[in-house]
Amino acid sequence: MKGISEISTVKVIRCIVCPTGCEIKAIKDPNNTITFEGYTCKRGLEYAEQEFYEPKRILTTTIRVENGFIPLIPVRTDKPILKDKLNETLMIIAQTVVDAPIKMGDILIKNVLNSGANIIASRDLGKV
Amino acid sequence: MKSYKADVLVIGAGAAGLAAAIEVKKAGLKVLIIERDKELGGITLQCIHNGFGLKEFEEELTGPEYAQRFINQVLDLKIPYILDTMVIEITRDKKIYAVNNKEGLIEVSAKAIILAMGCREKTRGAINIPGFRPAGIYTAGQAQRFVNIEGYLPGNTYVILGSGDIGMIMARRLTWEGCTVKAVVEIQPYVSGLLRNQVQCLEDYDIPLITSYTVTKIHGRDRIQGVSIAKVSKDYDRIIGSERFIECDTLLLSVGLIPENELTLQAGATLSNNGGPLVDNNLETTIEGIFACGNVLQVHDLVDMVTSEAKRAGKNVVDYIQNRYDKPIKKEEKIKCVAGENINYLKPNNVNKSDIDSKIIFNFRVTYPDRRVIIQFRDENNKVIFKRKKVYVIPSEMVELEVNLKEIGVETTIKEIRIEIIPRPEVLIEED
Repeated sequence: MKGISEISTVKVIRCIVCPTGCEIKAIKDPNNTITFEGYTCKRGLEYAEQEFYEPKRILTTTIRVENGFIPLIPVRTDKPILKDKLNETLMIIAQTVVDAPIKMGDILIKNVLNSGANIIASRDLGKV
Repeated sequence: MKSYKADVLVIGAGAAGLAAAIEVKKAGLKVLIIERDKELGGITLQCIHNGFGLKEFEEELTGPEYAQRFINQVLDLKIPYILDTMVIEITRDKKIYAVNNKEGLIEVSAKAIILAMGCREKTRGAINIPGFRPAGIYTAGQAQRFVNIEGYLPGNTYVILGSGDIGMIMARRLTWEGCTVKAVVEIQPYVSGLLRNQVQCLEDYDIPLITSYTVTKIHGRDRIQGVSIAKVSKDYDRIIGSERFIECDTLLLSVGLIPENELTLQAGATLSNNGGPLVDNNLETTIEGIFACGNVLQVHDLVDMVTSEAKRAGKNVVDYIQNRYDKPIKKEEKIKCVAGENINYLKPNNVNKSDIDSKIIFNFRVTYPDRRVIIQFRDENNKVIFKRKKVYVIPSEMVELEVNLKEIGVETTIKEIRIEIIPRPEVLIEED
């Protein structure tokens, strides 16, 4: 029997919008509605909602280069990707090798894991 | 011996050197850059994470992207540069000697010099960790270069000492490369880098942050096999009995940066307590015609701030060459700037009296964190001449203040400005 309705904190999010670092709680009421508590500004609430429902990150790493002036090219996703997909994306990047020369902004992997994001070069890289 | 001539010589092609050189070149002067690495760009090239450029370009870039934008300007402006070349001496009459493996010893004569050599990391020697000297101990930036540029992993299982931003960013970077980071150990009771990095580099990957602890022993003879960590008291003394062992094959040190000023000293310039040269409000050192900017002057939090300081140095050097060089030295009267309560260091170290009716940029760091404070300027008679409220101050965030001294009522008879951080009296608190 569901006698007592429960209100529970499902996640604590530390806000990184400013150095105050508010602890924002995502709270579930008996109707499964989520509300947020502890934020002190609008940007904080927006951050907490994004972090709760769909946390995303820009991924920055390197890709192996053949014939390059240096052996690696620094790369990033051109938009944030789902935090849950970071590892899988890193595995794809780890298996990739590209050829020099490369220009900053060149797309090295298109639409990685159907995320809608491309992996792009962070710098120019000449041949040896 | 091959010799070069320029109006302005810039030493170092990192963020500071590139921005300063561009500024000088745009004014039509002849500038030359000398860089010890094999390419232009400096340390931002190995900082492949994002978070750069929000102030300078109003968009979020990675370190290499930030560097590339300045490299492209240097190339477009056809600014000459010499790579793979180490400056070994600046004489007091501004002759510069450098070496490289193509030309051997070279000599540069310049009317003015911009010091932009950046900073270096503190090493194990600087913090005296006992134990053997096995392989596997690196500074965080050194490991960053191995992983992001050279393509090597320094080890498999890591302990990182120091919660500075580079240390935390390396914790995430190594995790992404398949390594295990056992812990980030911080001697202070609080994290020393940005909160954003604590959340996104450590908490996202469940990497423990152990505060009020330090590494007390390094185990292993050939390769490091682990470290002992111990809790420290408020005075940073080790608490006996609190030791515990963490197994690891690599220890990274992220324990602070020091401005790199061997050349500055050699030129005869005076250094101040932060390790950077003593400068006036024009960023000119105690040697006329030698200016400093970027991390060689003071270690900045953001590269964007290095860039704006370097542009300022560039402009001031142009002014020096156009208006002061080759003219009889005018003895400038100076106002001394002194660090008071809760100021670790400040820049500039003095202000020219002739500049009191212009915007002076003051930079400083506090010694300890505080909330709801007043930044206060006093003169040599303890009279308060300036006050500004601030919600919080922390050692990891450099404070920047722009003040026109004349507008706040400073007279040229003043001898000294003492800057201090004091608690706000109760009555003022409601106004936040």
